[in-house]
Amino acid sequence: MLALSIKQLTKTYRNGFQALKGIDFDVEPGDFYALLGPNGAGKTTAIGIICSLINKTSGQVEIFGHNIDTEVEAAKACIGLVPQELNINIFDTVQNIVVNQAGYYGIPRKLALERAEHHLGELRLWDRRFDQARNLSGGMKRRLMIARALIHEPKLLMLDEPTAGVDIEIRRSMWDFLRRINDAGTTIILTTHYLEEAESLCRHVAIIDEGEIIEDAPMSTVIRKLQREVFVLSLREPLSEAPDLDGFETAMVEDRELEVTVDADNDLNTLFARLNDRGIEVVSLRNKANRLEELFMDLVESKQGVDQAAVR
Amino acid sequence: MDLAVNWVGLKTLVRKEIIRVTRIWIQTIVPPAITMTLYFIIFGNLIGRRIGEMGGFDYMQYIAPGLIMMSVITNSYGNVVSSFFGAKYGKHLEEMLVSPMSNATIIVGHVAGGVIRGLMVGSLVTLIALGFTNLSVKHPLTTLSMVLLASTVFALLGFVNAVFAKKFDDISIIPTFVLTPLTYLGGVFYSISLLPEFWQKVSLGNPILYMVNAFRYGILGVSDISIVYAYLIVGIFVLGLFTLNLILLNRGVGIRE
Repeated sequence: MLALSIKQLTKTYRNGFQALKGIDFDVEPGDFYALLGPNGAGKTTAIGIICSLINKTSGQVEIFGHNIDTEVEAAKACIGLVPQELNINIFDTVQNIVVNQAGYYGIPRKLALERAEHHLGELRLWDRRFDQARNLSGGMKRRLMIARALIHEPKLLMLDEPTAGVDIEIRRSMWDFLRRINDAGTTIILTTHYLEEAESLCRHVAIIDEGEIIEDAPMSTVIRKLQREVFVLSLREPLSEAPDLDGFETAMVEDRELEVTVDADNDLNTLFARLNDRGIEVVSLRNKANRLEELFMDLVESKQGVDQAAVR
Repeated sequence: MDLAVNWVGLKTLVRKEIIRVTRIWIQTIVPPAITMTLYFIIFGNLIGRRIGEMGGFDYMQYIAPGLIMMSVITNSYGNVVSSFFGAKYGKHLEEMLVSPMSNATIIVGHVAGGVIRGLMVGSLVTLIALGFTNLSVKHPLTTLSMVLLASTVFALLGFVNAVFAKKFDDISIIPTFVLTPLTYLGGVFYSISLLPEFWQKVSLGNPILYMVNAFRYGILGVSDISIVYAYLIVGIFVLGLFTLNLILLNRGVGIRE
């Protein structure tokens, strides 16, 4: 049984905007699935429909075999949602927010309080349980929304840009936490603008643009599709101009920094052999850009190119 | 519908509403108590002395049930409209919408919150009234059932208002332009027998008249209208408004794109 199955899902808003144009995708149980796309691509609309916050125009959505049209309550019971926008009652206390959410899922108060201690503790909010949510920092509010989404121990956790506006340290600790709950068996669907986040966490990626899925494959397969990567090399000795390395594009960034483009049909061993031939010593190297980000831009731009050609 | 889930959900929702009312008691309980005290002092004590008797009772006694009912009605309405619209505006209504709790439970939970606040304020106003006049309950069952039904009707109306409201202005329009005039013209301060025949007939179109009179009958034993009609009309309103709210939520009106 699939964790999530979406067939020919469409959404046209009242103003005529077609946010989803018949998307299909499946998520396996236990997967860590990235749903990527530029702003306005349809990610949040898709998540809203899955969580019954937005009415679909047509299509079919099943969550762990429960159709959202015919078994909506069973389908909802499987999902935990961390939305993009803050949606907590800022005047309520941290503990009340998660315990009340448990109540809406039918979890008795005594059990809800025990679970609240566990989840708030995991997310380092237990000490702040009696504080009103408005007194929490932005990162704490995000963590509170994660604790709230987990309180009924959902089989499928939907995270819509959960680390937006969160500093690096908290983001990394949230990643560790998400990895742990995924390892424990929770299926996770993540939308994010931080492509590094998707590459680091997710095993499967779907890219959505203008309401259509333009890529849907395991992360490793997607990464392999990269045509080229750009590396920045720190050099031991300064160079006055970029060296001519057969088969590689080169450019100087600074006198001790060399940028080299490595095509898919070439490799780093060859690059280092060429550098060695010229007596250029490399101290360190780094990727110029996030690899997934490059692929993402390639896919979106190539789709836009196809669309423009079709218009012409 | 999973009854166990909905029962726990309902208890949670009612508890949350009670906490909300008591947390902001200075906004929810105190103002109506002060307003009603002023009504008792000005209309009952100062002006009432010059009016004399009405319906066989001194004026203060006559208006007391109406003022209690008026406070119950406005507070039941106000609680639901502000709580539900506040949740919608602050987006934390989504906490309920993503859960397996049914729409009927969401309505009942909010209405229960409104009724509880209405009864809390109504009880306080009753205590204040007892400081100004003697009141003995002639028909306890009628008194209790009518206050519960009237409170439910206006809590349900508050829910309709909150569903359609898009901004804070929208939740004050109905109370100001509809609820207050209907309450003042609903026989709180006078017997409709004092009105010309035409206006008596017009008054019969005002549902608040039935609630105030049935409640007054419960306490004083006098009424301008038939109690059976009052129950019939209030019952129809409860069922009709609950159904309307359920249809609105099921369709996602005002809450789902």
